[in-house]
Amino acid sequence: MTIDTETQVNPSADLPEDAHQLTAKLRHAAVEALPPQKLMPDRQPAYVASWIYVFGILTVSALAVVILTGIVLAIFGPNWWHVSTVGLFFNSLHLWSVEVFFFCMVVHLWGKFFMAAWRGRRRATWVSGVIAFVISVATAFTGYLSQQNFDSQWISTQAKDGINSTGAGAIMNVTNFGQMIMWHIVLLPLVVGILVGGHILLVRLRGVVPPFAPPDQLAIEVKQGVPADTAATAASEVQA
Amino acid sequence: MQTLSAVMVHVVGSLINLDHPGHYINWGFIQISVANLTVIILMVIVFILAILIPFHRPGGGGDR
Repeated sequence: MTIDTETQVNPSADLPEDAHQLTAKLRHAAVEALPPQKLMPDRQPAYVASWIYVFGILTVSALAVVILTGIVLAIFGPNWWHVSTVGLFFNSLHLWSVEVFFFCMVVHLWGKFFMAAWRGRRRATWVSGVIAFVISVATAFTGYLSQQNFDSQWISTQAKDGINSTGAGAIMNVTNFGQMIMWHIVLLPLVVGILVGGHILLVRLRGVVPPFAPPDQLAIEVKQGVPADTAATAASEVQA
Repeated sequence: MQTLSAVMVHVVGSLINLDHPGHYINWGFIQISVANLTVIILMVIVFILAILIPFHRPGGGGDR
């Protein structure tokens, strides 16, 4: 039996001569960073057994319903969602799933803020979540402008002065339904989707942030020369 | 079926009547609708409950 040294260097390449290719290198880097077991783990750390850790996935679940109902609304259009009973039902599903999405996202945000979720090299996870939150608010606002009713007309005329005062009125006309619907169903959902996807990958990469360790446990660890972040993580896992 | 839906509309509609202009609370320069304040209070309550209510852990300690 011969040992293939090239595939040992880059085991994700099917053939040794392909090991230098960009696809093989990218695949290798991706699998190295996030192996399948880490990407979709069967078990979570013991400290995750708390209701406050549930609100992240609840937010993602609500977002899935938002996207699915949005696709149905996009297929049939305003006449359907305003007139048909089924259309009204999907219109309501879209609205209420957005309400649940923001409700869960805010509780998730509070939970992560008070446990300082940026600890342990998780700054990018925190920042991506914050930006996703802000872009989601903009997406919701353009949704209000895309209802095609008197409510959206009223909101657009009220928002116009505000947008103009920021100087963005030249490129973003909130009274232009065509522009707002495109922002609402194409541009902003794309950005939210990319940010949420990246946010979830970062959570998998860095792990779920542990709660703070009890002060006495933390003091012992820090006294022993363990960096505060590591000490807090280790103490929380021991405690759990 | 129509009777049932009419009854449902009456029952559900009688719980919270939304067929009126929004109510607002004013406190100095702060103005907030009752609906928004209700949602914020609900979020605070859910946040506190999520911390206090124990999570069911099948099989006890260790990784789950």
